[in-house]
Amino acid sequence: MPDSRDLKQREEAHWAKTSRLMFTHLAVWFFFGFVIHMFVKPLNAITLPILNFPLGFYMAAQGSLIVFVVMLFLFARQQDKIDREFGFAEED
Amino acid sequence: MATKSAGSSDFLNNLGRVYGIYTGGFLAFVILLAVLEQMGVPNKILGYLFVFFTLAVYAIIGVLSRTAQVSEYYVAGRSVPALYNGMATGADWMSAASFVGMAGTLFLLGYDGLAWVLGWTGGFVLVSILIGPYLRKFGAYTVPDFLAFRYGGNFARALGVIVLVACSFTYVTAQIYGTGLIASRFLGMQFEIAVFAGLVGILVCSMLGGMRAVTWTQVAQYIVLIIAYLTPIVILSTMKYGLPIPQLTYGQAIADITAREQQMLSAGLASVAALKPHIQPFINYTPLNFFAIIMCMMVGTASLPHILMRYFTTPSVREARQSVAWSLLFIFLLYFSAPAYAAFSKLEVYTNIIGRDLTAIRPWLFNWGELGLIQICGKNAASIDAIVAACKAIAGHPGVVRLQDFVINTDVIVLSTPEIAGLPYVISGLVAAGGLAAALSTADGLLLAIANALSHDVYYKMIDPNAPTVRRLMIARVLLLIVAVVAAATAATKPADILAMVGWAFSLAMAGNFPALVMGVWWKRATATGAVCGIIAGFGLCLFYLVTTRYFPGIGVQYFGMTSLLNPTTGAPVVDIAKAMALPNAMESFPTLAHPLANKVGWFNLTNIACGLLGAPLGFAVIYIVSKLGKEPSAEMQAYVDDIRKPRGRTVLEEKTA
Repeated sequence: MPDSRDLKQREEAHWAKTSRLMFTHLAVWFFFGFVIHMFVKPLNAITLPILNFPLGFYMAAQGSLIVFVVMLFLFARQQDKIDREFGFAEED
Repeated sequence: MATKSAGSSDFLNNLGRVYGIYTGGFLAFVILLAVLEQMGVPNKILGYLFVFFTLAVYAIIGVLSRTAQVSEYYVAGRSVPALYNGMATGADWMSAASFVGMAGTLFLLGYDGLAWVLGWTGGFVLVSILIGPYLRKFGAYTVPDFLAFRYGGNFARALGVIVLVACSFTYVTAQIYGTGLIASRFLGMQFEIAVFAGLVGILVCSMLGGMRAVTWTQVAQYIVLIIAYLTPIVILSTMKYGLPIPQLTYGQAIADITAREQQMLSAGLASVAALKPHIQPFINYTPLNFFAIIMCMMVGTASLPHILMRYFTTPSVREARQSVAWSLLFIFLLYFSAPAYAAFSKLEVYTNIIGRDLTAIRPWLFNWGELGLIQICGKNAASIDAIVAACKAIAGHPGVVRLQDFVINTDVIVLSTPEIAGLPYVISGLVAAGGLAAALSTADGLLLAIANALSHDVYYKMIDPNAPTVRRLMIARVLLLIVAVVAAATAATKPADILAMVGWAFSLAMAGNFPALVMGVWWKRATATGAVCGIIAGFGLCLFYLVTTRYFPGIGVQYFGMTSLLNPTTGAPVVDIAKAMALPNAMESFPTLAHPLANKVGWFNLTNIACGLLGAPLGFAVIYIVSKLGKEPSAEMQAYVDDIRKPRGRTVLEEKTA
């Protein structure tokens, strides 16, 4: 039960979990913002079926963007879950 | 979900219905104009109806949202639901440069232009994860508010105001310039008059109601701009590929472009030097500059005050986070369509203009040629005679348009797409109204950011902390008016560097704000001295690099060891430094060079648009080292930081709102 722990401990545990979530999302952000585009030349050799996009171009034009949008909705939920777990969420 | 925690007012409870009716009304209005066009009403009248009807709607929202409450004026009463704040942020974010310029940049740069698409979307991840929700919990009215509280008072506040004004003022000038350009093109107004007409449009939205009025106007403007942006390409995609989803069909256009590029080369219609294959990476930017631009635009997004302050208006921290996600979704709708515009336009130019006999040029081109926005054979393509005469002057010209003969201003791509597709004028008017909405909404947000910093931070917090509410709001409005007029006067002089400066705003914000904001939330040990030194060092270095590379390249080479940038394709220096330095005043002519590289000399072959990449790491390092050298912040301050990190509870800063 979160209430049985003292505030300081809860704060620290909450922040450790929040930080971990932050680093996870930053890693995904960095991968789709930068790393994948470093391989654009080999990726361009692959053409998406039906749509006819070269994959490297597609990732920069749409793929990474979709990842960012999904990530943000996911992050809002995950962080809220962490806040609730430690009793730091706002009242609904 | 979005409205449950909103206030009790009728308006907030009926947002869906209000904006639903508004959207329906707008579509009906477009259809009405389409009918009028068929009945023979001249284009010019349609253009005026479009602009004045939309401006009138924004003005009505602005007047209805007038307020005499400080918290309504500065943060819309913290009652804007996540979804609607997302739309407002979308409009706030997408400027004339996004609406009009982005597709053009992609047309010109091909794959390399996607650095801007990535950079201007991915930054919202940083907003949500690192900064935005924490500032919301803190309870600031402005970004300098937070810096002042966390870093010991008015010196940090003053630095925050300087950074804010530096990155917002050129940006707002560019927006007003954009309104002038669109109004003069579609209404045939004189540019200077159009600028001040745009100014009036901006002021009626923001003067009376501050943030509250700007928020509800921006939601309305988002709806107009996204309809306007998507309509032409959805129609075009349906006509060409039978599917109304241009974001999917332009893959085929890209394949066609690539095939046509080879064909043009072999038919002698394009020289190898002039042809830049659309999907080939790193021919306009070196890989370093490509990724540097992405990084600076992303981090800059998370540091720009006019964006961060939008998240001060949500009812809760939770909704602030959701709101960032909605913002990016609404922004994504435009940005993932921009490459489709570029691809369709490029295919049209490559197949229907390049290779065409000079005497058979399609007439839509001449409208833009007259304005100097399309040139063929080095002269404005104003008429067939002008083109033929211009091309005759070139020795051995084959009499058909070659790729190297054709120059198009990037702003034309979006604005001319309806004409290229042969759509009725009403669609062109719609696009103009959308471009205007994009420019006005961004200008509103920026003006408010500047005026609020001056009235709240400088006047109320630094000059007269006992000022009564009535006087504070009076001062806020007067300052808003003054800033707007100064920005419009600057825009009316058509400053040549203005568009490059928008790119600079991101780097300046990144270098000045980002380290101090992130460390302020994520590192309790960051001290006031550390942050102040960090802001000065980071922002200073960034500004130094910009100004030196752009305006004093000679001094940069002579005293600071700068070298010539390298051509991304050949790797050769873009300028022969030894020769240039030997000539008197030779270096001074550099600033005339514009997009895509605003500088010719520099360190590490780095474009100055990405100077934040120098400033921000320095800022972090200085904050870290100086903080470590000093005494750790008081236990009280560390407890405040703990408070900022927990969504539950009262805001840390309680403003006097009465």
